[in-house]
Order: sequence, then structure tokens, then C-alpha cells
Amino acid sequence: MSLLNIIASIAALQNGIAQGPFGDTSVSWILNVLFYVIFVVFIFYGQRIQMYVMLREVEGSLYKLKYIREEGRKITVETIREIGKPQTDPAARVDRFLEYFTIGPQDLDPAGIVWKLEHILDVRDIRFKDEVKLMAPAADETQANNLENTLEAAMALNFIYKVIRHYYLLGKKTLSLYVIMQIQMILPLVMREAEAYASAVKAFAYGQPIGDGAGALVAAKLMHGQETRKIAKDCVVATVPFEGRTAYVIKTEGPGGNVGKPGDAVKAIIEENEGKIASVIMIDAALKLEGEELGEVAEGVGAAIGGPGVDQFKIEDELVKYHIPVNAVIIKEDIGDAVSPMRKEVFDSIDKVIERIKQVILERTKEGDKVIIVGVGNTIGIGQ
Amino acid sequence: MSGTPSSTTKTRISSFFLMVIFVTLALSLAALIFAVSVLDQNTEAAWILLLLGFLGVTLSTYVLFQTRRRLSKLRIVVPPVTTTIECKKCGFKNVREFQRGDYIFKEVEPCQKCNDKMLITAIYREVKEKEKERFPV
Repeated sequence: MSLLNIIASIAALQNGIAQGPFGDTSVSWILNVLFYVIFVVFIFYGQRIQMYVMLREVEGSLYKLKYIREEGRKITVETIREIGKPQTDPAARVDRFLEYFTIGPQDLDPAGIVWKLEHILDVRDIRFKDEVKLMAPAADETQANNLENTLEAAMALNFIYKVIRHYYLLGKKTLSLYVIMQIQMILPLVMREAEAYASAVKAFAYGQPIGDGAGALVAAKLMHGQETRKIAKDCVVATVPFEGRTAYVIKTEGPGGNVGKPGDAVKAIIEENEGKIASVIMIDAALKLEGEELGEVAEGVGAAIGGPGVDQFKIEDELVKYHIPVNAVIIKEDIGDAVSPMRKEVFDSIDKVIERIKQVILERTKEGDKVIIVGVGNTIGIGQ
Repeated sequence: MSGTPSSTTKTRISSFFLMVIFVTLALSLAALIFAVSVLDQNTEAAWILLLLGFLGVTLSTYVLFQTRRRLSKLRIVVPPVTTTIECKKCGFKNVREFQRGDYIFKEVEPCQKCNDKMLITAIYREVKEKEKERFPV
């Protein structure tokens, strides 16, 4: 009841100050004073208030990122325990792995940088594979590849969380609006990417095909039932009769999570045929722009391959050497769909891609010609 | 989770924060009740109290719902992934939930109809489309 007494006293006080200098009644007087107070506060502290609102927003996202990172780590550790049957607890080793880094080659003198980059990536790959073997001794090759991909996705989540935390703490420490502002502005895109990697962790842990594997799936459909042989590291090729031509269909060896070295595979096939290749057709998943349909198929020219650029360089180098035309067919998807389990729309577009390849071959080559068809992408969950 | 206690994420809302929300809610409700009771004796004060009370109730309920929403958003939603198994001989099709070890072009159990080997022909997830964007494209 004492609370009600206080409120009653306030009300009585307000009665007393009726007919104040700012208006006819006490209500307008209070509202006027309130307006001026808010006005003055916003003049002097407007930017600071805005900064605290932004900090709060970043803090909320940071909580979510932390949760996603922990979930990623948890799934990774559980999968290693389940598949790898390790003797000791893999948690400590996983935590150490999440902090791994790769230093890119020095680019002051760019000549030969591709080979330096390739060497570093090879060393990284070998190191990752060795780590996975130690963490999960009972895993077979396919499972080890999937685990490696799972760990890489968990690493990406860890990195995103740490970068956002860095800017959040830096902004809080310096109280600089511009430090906080830049992180707040890109936050929606960062969160989208983090959510995509979160579903990627699960897809990799279960060995489900992902959206990025659309190119590999096209190649798998073309080569299914044909004899395959190993052509380069983690890459297979099948010789397929296709509309009166001979098609060398290349894909990464599945069903383990891997992107292989399609650059080496294309080079090997071209060298085997002494450069007598009528056309190279590359199929890959590509990022779509907002407003474009998921699974939309588009056609163009150029080496359609992502990644650090080593394979693209090798393919382009070889094509220039023998003057071979290169065509590309892409399947459009956004970053979220590219790293999460393959969506039906992407799966349904595979037949459209095959039709498009057929069209390109008929229009651009003659009967009896030899063509190379490369299915680019992560082949997780896709056999051949 | 197997991690160290320090690495566990706190998804709970602090009890102090909840207490502040509930105290504001209680005060606002009290203001509303008091406003109604003094409406005949002191109309101006009653209106001010009503305004403050409504503001307080609205704000505290909004904050409370926002906190609940934030908690429910902290979940990784994984849509179900389906595996389609087909018999190449008789065309019999079976669609089931994805199981670890499934992959496209994997030979699985024999066909229920013709006893021939069946093949996994598709693995994908279906997402229910949200309302199409209104931008005229």
C-alpha cells in the first residue's frame, strides 16, 4: 500500500503545479518540460545512444554466433566419437584443430605464386588428413573425408565468431561509433553465412549431398554405369559415348566430401589426347543474385571453378596452350543453399543441365570429336 | 556437451533483467488500478497515471516477448532430408528419411517386387517456399 501512497502524493503535487508557465494545464506543462529534456538529451547524447543500440544489436548476434559455434563443435566431437571410435576424448584435439591457420604465400613478386599456393594447400590437406586419422582411427576413407569437411565447417564458424567478437570488444573498448557501425552494417550478411555453415556442419557429419555438389552430380549421372579410372588426385574419369562424340567425363571421386584436383585431371586428359579436344565444358554451382530463381541454369564461356584459383589457373593454362574453347554451364544458388543439404530445386535442375550440355555439344562440335565434361564441386554424398 | 564449463553458451536471460521487467509490469498495473480509483476525484492525475500505466504495461510485455523470441531463435533448424530408392528393372520407388551412409548411386536392399538390386537415385531436402517477394520481377 505504501507504493500507492507515493503515487497519490505525486498526483497531489501535480495538482498543485497546475496552470504552469508552459500552458494552461499541468498536463501540457509536464509534456513541454519532457519535450525539452528529451531534445537536450538527444542533442548531447544522441550519437552515444545510437552507439549503445548498435552494440546491443551486435551483442545479440554474438550470442547467437556463440551458440552456433558451440553446436558445430558439439556435432563434430560427437561424430568423431561415433564414427572414429577414438581411445581418448577427441574434444581437446578438436579444440586445437579449430585454431589452425594457413598463411598464404608472399605476393610482392607474383611470379610463380600459384605453385607456392598449391604447395601450401597440399601441405594443409595432408596435415588435415593426418589429424583426422589420429582423431578417428576407425573411420574409412569416405568417413575421414566427411569428418575433414565437418571440421573445416566448424573452423569457419569458430573464425566468424572470433572476428565479430573482436570488433564488438574493440568497439566497446574504444567507444568508436565507426568501429561498431561497420560491424553492425555487415552483420545480416555474416549471420546468413554463419547459419549456412551451421547446416553445413550437419550435412557433412551425416554425409549428405550439398548444393555445391550440383556439378559433381551432373558428371555422376553422365558417367553412371560406365567404367571409371583414376586420373588425378581424388579425381576419376569415364569415357562416355555422347551424341556421336567421345566425352571424357571428370568428377571428384565420391561419396566422401572432397573437391579433388580437376585442374590436374583436365590437364592429364588433354595431354593424353595430345591437345586434340574439340571443347571443354565445365559445370559448377554459382552464386545467384537476389531475385534470381534457385536452380536456374545459365550458360557462358570460361573456366567455371571456384576455390583458391589454382585449378582454374591450370585449366586456363592448358586450354591456351592448345587453343581449346571452354564453355560453362552453371546452376544458380545462394551461399546458404550451396553448403547445406541439396535442395529439390537444385536436384531437379540436373536434367536441365544435361540437356544444355547436349545442346552445346551438338552446336559447337562435330561428330567424332572428343570433348571433356568436368563436374566441379564437393562430391559429398554422391557416388559415380 | 563435452566442453569445459567456460565454453558453454549462456542462453538464459539473467534473473535481474527478468526482475526489472516484472517490477515495471507490477508498478504499471498498480498505476492503472489507482488511476481508475481516483478518476472521479482527480481527473488530470488519473489520466497521467493511466498513460504511464499503459506505457509501462506495453513496454514490459513487449520486452518480455522479445526475450522469449530471442531464446526460440537460438536453434539450428534442419529440414528433413529424403532419400529416393528406385528399382531400375521394374521402376518401383521408395522414398524414406535419409540414413547415415546413404549416397547417390549406392546399391541398397533388393526390390520388394522383383528382387533386383535397388539404387539410391536422389537425396534432397524440400523447403516450403515463403510468400513470394512482391517486387515485380
